[in-house]
Amino acid sequence: MTQPLTIDRITAHYGTTKVLEDLSLSVAEGELVSLLGASGCGKTTTLRLVAGFLQPTAGAIRLGSKDLTRLPAHQRDIGLVFQNYALFPHLTVRENVAFGLKQRKVAGPERLKRADAMLDRVGLAHLADRLPAALSGGQKQRVALARALVIEPPLLMFDEPLSNLDAKLRIDMRVEIRQLQRANGTTALYVTHDQEEAFSISDRVAIMHQGRIMQLDTPEVLYQRPANAFVANFVGFENLIPLKVTARNGAEVTAITSEGAALTLSQDQLGPIPNAFTLATRPDGLQATTQGGAGLPAVLGLRTYLGRAYQYQARAGGLSLIANGPLSQPLDPRTAVTLVPNPEQCAILKPE
Amino acid sequence: MTTRIHPLLILFTLVVYVFLLGPLIIIFGASLSDTTYLTFPPQGLSFRWFQNIWDISAFRRTIVTSLQMAFLGTGIALVIGIPAAYALNRYRVALPAWLSTLFVLPILVPEIVIGFSLLRSVTVQAGVPVWYALLIGHTLLVIPYVIRVVSASLASFDFSIEEAAISLGSPPAKTFFTIVLPNIRSGVIAAFILSFITSINDVSVSLFLTGPGVSTLPIQLLAHMEQFFDPTIASVSVVLMLLTILVMIIVERTLGLAIVAK
Repeated sequence: MTQPLTIDRITAHYGTTKVLEDLSLSVAEGELVSLLGASGCGKTTTLRLVAGFLQPTAGAIRLGSKDLTRLPAHQRDIGLVFQNYALFPHLTVRENVAFGLKQRKVAGPERLKRADAMLDRVGLAHLADRLPAALSGGQKQRVALARALVIEPPLLMFDEPLSNLDAKLRIDMRVEIRQLQRANGTTALYVTHDQEEAFSISDRVAIMHQGRIMQLDTPEVLYQRPANAFVANFVGFENLIPLKVTARNGAEVTAITSEGAALTLSQDQLGPIPNAFTLATRPDGLQATTQGGAGLPAVLGLRTYLGRAYQYQARAGGLSLIANGPLSQPLDPRTAVTLVPNPEQCAILKPE
Repeated sequence: MTTRIHPLLILFTLVVYVFLLGPLIIIFGASLSDTTYLTFPPQGLSFRWFQNIWDISAFRRTIVTSLQMAFLGTGIALVIGIPAAYALNRYRVALPAWLSTLFVLPILVPEIVIGFSLLRSVTVQAGVPVWYALLIGHTLLVIPYVIRVVSASLASFDFSIEEAAISLGSPPAKTFFTIVLPNIRSGVIAAFILSFITSINDVSVSLFLTGPGVSTLPIQLLAHMEQFFDPTIASVSVVLMLLTILVMIIVERTLGLAIVAK
């Protein structure tokens, strides 16, 4: 029933503007892949291409062995969940859920039975006779989910399904979506701009920027081993420090900044280190200390209070960095410090 | 707590009401007069001028023509105008901005100019029979109203609903009838009423396009008044008023007047 999705080198234009370029993506059977990025990165365009609301100018889209590329949208058999729910306002909750079955010529009694069973699964059986206007946001999104699932589609697609809900409900709903998707084993493509949401719900996440996939990997790899500066920045590695290797001693590598400050890094912890690279660290991974030691000499700027630590703007030679310091010792602006990287919060970026 | 209302405000309100309703009350009174000329206050009381509407065959004939024009013209305008409004809203981003202005242009052009240009082109140049030319005129007259009112309804229509239906397997054409149309129903009804009233009341366009044997009620009223200054005119006006009130009551009872004002 469920099918793998293959997007094969598609290019898309809005008028003369190219919005997607040579984009390829595979979603395995039963897998949930998220497209994550800021607005305008092409994630919604990708979803609309797969849904059939847009036509690619090049490339192919396949679902299992079926070529979707030129198939009209209403023949694609894809379950879609929209950001604004898109329930039919003039139909009751039950009629909304039964709509797709009606198009599939499922007989009346069977249709109602299946619609009611699906409503029961999303916990809304008692609201079956209401109109959508009488539902809360979370209930509407559950109806939308039931409506997409009841047709037992080989592919489910979500277009920012939770962004109109409040924070608490968003977390409940994403767990619910994940459980239903897992239970049915349906292949799913999930579009969101919320990093936490994407990472928590997905098997793999594609981080998109300007119509390209910057990195497609599991949330763990993306979070710890970003492949490039864009992804590193996206997942919170705010400090990018360009370095050149000056000495190698087994797994130990010594590298210097353009100002000549030296750092010693371990390839056991960080993986292979090329001769020229960028060290990416989170603010948490760069500790400001007045004790000296191996690190980058820097001068502190503005201090802000985070609750668990102090955070400092810092200048190390020509670099603007963000570092954290312990609560026990607030440091004033213009204090000379050493910034010590913590390897667990660092990643090595190869030159691009 | 009671709010004190300034006496001048009460006076001003009364003046406005008199200004708005006075002429109508005078016509109502005049229609009941037993005299053979229009007069107010009515002298004597008689319904014979209402009977007279039915006795004059020209009135009977032109009422039928007026209703034909209003129903058919509005019907054709809906068939043309609803898809046009749909396309203008659905593809708003892709279409040039002046296009939607073009469709409401007939409201801006003086009706008398439209009437005259239709006479020149459709009747004189193309030789279209009077009844059909009149129908074309009335259709053109009300299309902008249909497009504007239906567009207002479509502006608040969420087109992702349409996409949801398509994704669930409903073909686009069918989706228009099962999903889009039921959700802009109030706009369509409002467009129908507005167009119907515009068509029934029209003088400027009809004046040019009516001809031998084919005329509308307002034109017949003008013609009648030129020959006889009797209270029949007032009676017809009262009947028209009562019909309008009846339509409004039906609308109010079934849909609520708010949709017409929207």
